[in-house]
Amino acid sequence: MATALSRSRGVLPGFGLTLGITLFYTALIIALPIFALVLKSASLGPAEFWAIVTSRRAVATYQVTLGAAAGATLFNAVFGLLLAWVLVRYRFPGRRVLDALVDLPFALPTAVAGIALANLLAPTGWLGAPLKDLGIKVAYTPLGIAVAMAFTSIPFVVRTVQPVLEDLSREAEEAAHSLGAPDRAIFLRVIMPAILPAFLAGSALAFARSLGEFGGVIFIAGNRPFQTEITALLTFIRLEEFDYPAAAAIATMILVCAFVMLLLINILQFWAARHSGRG
Amino acid sequence: MTDIPATASRRQADHDRNGRTPEAWKGVAGEGWLRALLIALAVGISGLFLVVPLAVIFAQAFAAGIGGWTSNVVAPDTLHAIGLTILTAIVVVPINIGFGLAAAWAIAKFTFPGRKLLMTVIELPFSISPIVAGVAYLFVYGAQGLLGPTLDAAGIQVMFTIPAIFLVSLFVTSPFVARELVPLMQAQGTDEEEAAITLGASGLKTFLRVTLPNVKWALLYGAILCNARVMGEFGAVSVVSGNIRGQTNTLPLQVELLYNDYNAIGAFAAASTLTVLALVTILAKLIVERRAEGAIRRRGGGH
Repeated sequence: MATALSRSRGVLPGFGLTLGITLFYTALIIALPIFALVLKSASLGPAEFWAIVTSRRAVATYQVTLGAAAGATLFNAVFGLLLAWVLVRYRFPGRRVLDALVDLPFALPTAVAGIALANLLAPTGWLGAPLKDLGIKVAYTPLGIAVAMAFTSIPFVVRTVQPVLEDLSREAEEAAHSLGAPDRAIFLRVIMPAILPAFLAGSALAFARSLGEFGGVIFIAGNRPFQTEITALLTFIRLEEFDYPAAAAIATMILVCAFVMLLLINILQFWAARHSGRG
Repeated sequence: MTDIPATASRRQADHDRNGRTPEAWKGVAGEGWLRALLIALAVGISGLFLVVPLAVIFAQAFAAGIGGWTSNVVAPDTLHAIGLTILTAIVVVPINIGFGLAAAWAIAKFTFPGRKLLMTVIELPFSISPIVAGVAYLFVYGAQGLLGPTLDAAGIQVMFTIPAIFLVSLFVTSPFVARELVPLMQAQGTDEEEAAITLGASGLKTFLRVTLPNVKWALLYGAILCNARVMGEFGAVSVVSGNIRGQTNTLPLQVELLYNDYNAIGAFAAASTLTVLALVTILAKLIVERRAEGAIRRRGGGH
């Protein structure tokens, strides 16, 4: 394979042209804006940068964003695992429709999801009204933010765990089953270890997506500073106030956070690939 | 799923009244009350979380009847937003198809140092919050950006214009096609192309006759997802468009504008058109997935 590839540079044309186009486009469209943002933040100097990103209002947004994203991810880890399990293991009427529906949060524009969830969970909404009678407020609270984040990141855990569950060898499980091992023991000792890397990678993807989510969240959040304001929205507000240094610094914080998550996700996916290769 | 040999017991399973199918088997929670409970939970939570929001969109959109929906969709600003959204897709999707093809040809068909790094950079936009993308573009083309003063001196305004919407949409959706094509082209190797070139076909002819037919479904799949994201992008476009009513409002921004104006029916009428787009996208994705699987089977596993 490797020899065939290196030989192909002699035979196949178009290497210079396609690589040139790729590098030019990547530099202009992807790298340049990221570079410009980091440069802007660097020009502030460490003291000013630090003062902006540790301001009381900014720190409050980190707490709101991280807390809601953690809650949303916890829900999606459990619900995503359940959905993947049911879709792979069982056959029932409507399974195909359910499988297709899982992609809805990716296909639906975030602003549309945002206004639908805000309307649904508002005190006068279909679900908001009965919940209000139970004394549960969802809209304009951190819980509402978590619900919106959970909605927009549903597919991640389902789509990462599904293929691993499908490829799972049945012999070990069936043997354990016929020997009379209880279901819970088989699940914890045989199935869970096999799907764990993919499950963690999917959960990390869902968490990363929730940290950066904007359109899905702002309609239901209420956006009160120190209470229900997410970090992405504070960036936007600083822009509207023409406070460009603050917008740059906070956006860079989100970017750094995203890169850390990306590194973690890559490590998890590498582990998952090696894991399934061994199994 | 298909690795169980056909047996009499499986054929009997077809007539099993427990709803078990030929694929059912004795495993963890394979039958009984736990199976029923898990299915009920999955369907119930999905219904509440996925179907009910869909129902809300259409119920609100048609709250004033079909006439109310129509008059809101054809309102001048909303119609303009629909036009701008379609225009953005017409500009952005073909460019990113071209980029995806070029990137896949270079990365999958040749070896050079830094291939992995290049692929990582190409996939970066997937990990970047839309708001951060918008802010980053502001610091390139805006008045206080890298190129701002130069552009200003030349009398060119990019920020808060329609080209800014095109640029930021290109950023947000740049990985979609490349991500589908690179792994597939890598798996397919270079033997067929080499054979065609050796037999005297030109590079372009080889690409059109050999490579493109082999990857057409993956290409279409990437293009469908790219299109859905371009038309639905909100955060990044929100930052760079300047939200000028009726001029630089794409459909998602129009939805926000109407909603914040307390025009719920108008907002949901606009949102319902985007929802139909999302449902069509899911359907198209399913059809393409089926076709792609069929194509792989016909190729004998794609080796």
